Amino acid sequence: MRGDGKDTKADGVVSEDLQQKRTLIERICENAGMNDLGAAFIQAAHLLAGREPALLGVIVLSLRVSLSALLIASLIGAPCGALLAVCRFPGRRLLIVAFNAMMGLPPVVVGLLIYILLSRAGPLGTFGLLFTPAAMVMAQSVLIVPIIIALTRQVIANDWEEYAELLRSLGARWWQIIPTLLWEARQALLTVLLAGFGRAVAEVGAVMMVGGNIDGLTRVMTTTIALETSKGNLAFALALGTVLLVLVFLVNALAYLSRPHSAQHGI
Amino acid sequence: MASSLLELSALSYECNGHRLINAVNARLESGTRTLLLGPNGAGKSVLMRLCHGLLQPSAGDIRWHPNPPARQAMVFQRPVVLRRSVLANVTFALRLAGVSAKARRDLAQEALHRVGLALLADRHAPTLSGGERQQLALARAWAITPQVLFLDEPTANLDPGSAATVEGIIHAIHAAGTQIIMSTHNLGQARRLADQILFIDRGSITEHTPANEFFAAPRSHQAREFLSAERP
Ligand SMILES: Nc1ncnc2c1ncn2[C@@H]1O[C@H](COP(=O)(O)OP(=O)(O)OP(=O)(O)O)[C@@H](O)[C@H]1O
Ligand SMILES: [Mg+2]
Repeated sequence: MRGDGKDTKADGVVSEDLQQKRTLIERICENAGMNDLGAAFIQAAHLLAGREPALLGVIVLSLRVSLSALLIASLIGAPCGALLAVCRFPGRRLLIVAFNAMMGLPPVVVGLLIYILLSRAGPLGTFGLLFTPAAMVMAQSVLIVPIIIALTRQVIANDWEEYAELLRSLGARWWQIIPTLLWEARQALLTVLLAGFGRAVAEVGAVMMVGGNIDGLTRVMTTTIALETSKGNLAFALALGTVLLVLVFLVNALAYLSRPHSAQHGI
Repeated sequence: MASSLLELSALSYECNGHRLINAVNARLESGTRTLLLGPNGAGKSVLMRLCHGLLQPSAGDIRWHPNPPARQAMVFQRPVVLRRSVLANVTFALRLAGVSAKARRDLAQEALHRVGLALLADRHAPTLSGGERQQLALARAWAITPQVLFLDEPTANLDPGSAATVEGIIHAIHAAGTQIIMSTHNLGQARRLADQILFIDRGSITEHTPANEFFAAPRSHQAREFLSAERP
């Protein structure tokens, strides 16, 4: 504050100025469609509250595809990860490095490869799987298998260090050791699975390419959001975006709450 | 129970260029209780791991006569428990030992009863105290009725009452025909339990004598020094 007298005088001038600026900004916003955003939110809420069938169909397909992919990927990935943690064999280190690197596979490249594999002229073309949910499950499985393998290996390797002597002392062989370690690490592995699911359900590029984003058949949340946004149908996109956000939030909250003994230590 | 004799010849173990066990020779008769004594870091735990087959010798031989006992158990200095109930920890060991599913539960409960853990059978094992873990590890070993039992300071974390119980159990296991190979820093316990004393110092066996002779007149100066610390 420099001088009281001056400030009181200036106040009147400033507020007039501000009023003018506000009307100007409001006018610009209207032109740019910013009010559409609010309208879109309200419309999205209506869509969700009204259990719009098209919306529900997309959500259900999303869950079906990603949960199937997660199931397949974990049935392959968890035992492989555990095997990599426990067994010593030539080429093991190379495999570990490879799977760690593959955690960052670009989805569009995976999409392209699956596309080639499933296209009519491709090696698996006879099954006619391209542009079906099965193709999308394949793509997501391929994307998350390396994640499950690499993260499982880390988790199991830590446990193996702790349990190796005990299990060997009890006479366990590797085929008994693997399931035992997977069971011992069940809490940590739940987090691994949730990470895999998170990546699968949020993926766009690969499922777009191999699923074709066909209305009512292969449209999942992410591809629909991308499509509807580009068409300017923000309400539908926002409704799905909200569901996806809540889903990912819940998945992570679940992962946090399911940590070992969270109940005994009061979170 | 099949008798077995353990023979170590020129047994050495090296790790990262350090010679932890240095060309030791010993014969451990079946049916005896051999107590390993020696200062911290002498190599008692490493020697037991070698004999149990958890470590591979760098040189020399470990031979069992007539052949290696199929049922061996070890209670580790730092007991590890599985993330399941106390009872399930014991039934798991029994399953690996090939005990039928029907017999496991009863055997496990009996083992827990023996070590005084019967009331904690349903507890999540990782929540046990250090001493309780050690008791669980002993129950796990006892349950599979091993021919050879390695015990690495099995009473280090136990209160006097529990330690006495464990000593009683070791007595009983031995009386049933099990060969005991055990380390301890409790000389009173060594006196009570040992048939033979194997004294280790810096990876070498400096003396292997019957317990009464060892405590009356230790032969090696390392053992004399070790014992003299007890009576200042
Ligand atoms: N994996 C390892 N790598 C390197 N050094 C080791 C390893 N295991 C044991 N040692 C060393 O070997 C020596 C013998 O260890 P050991 O555990 O057998 O001692 P100990 O006689 O059982 O002692 P304590 O009475 O303290 O249990 C120690 O100096 C220890 O630091
Ligand atoms: Mg030790």
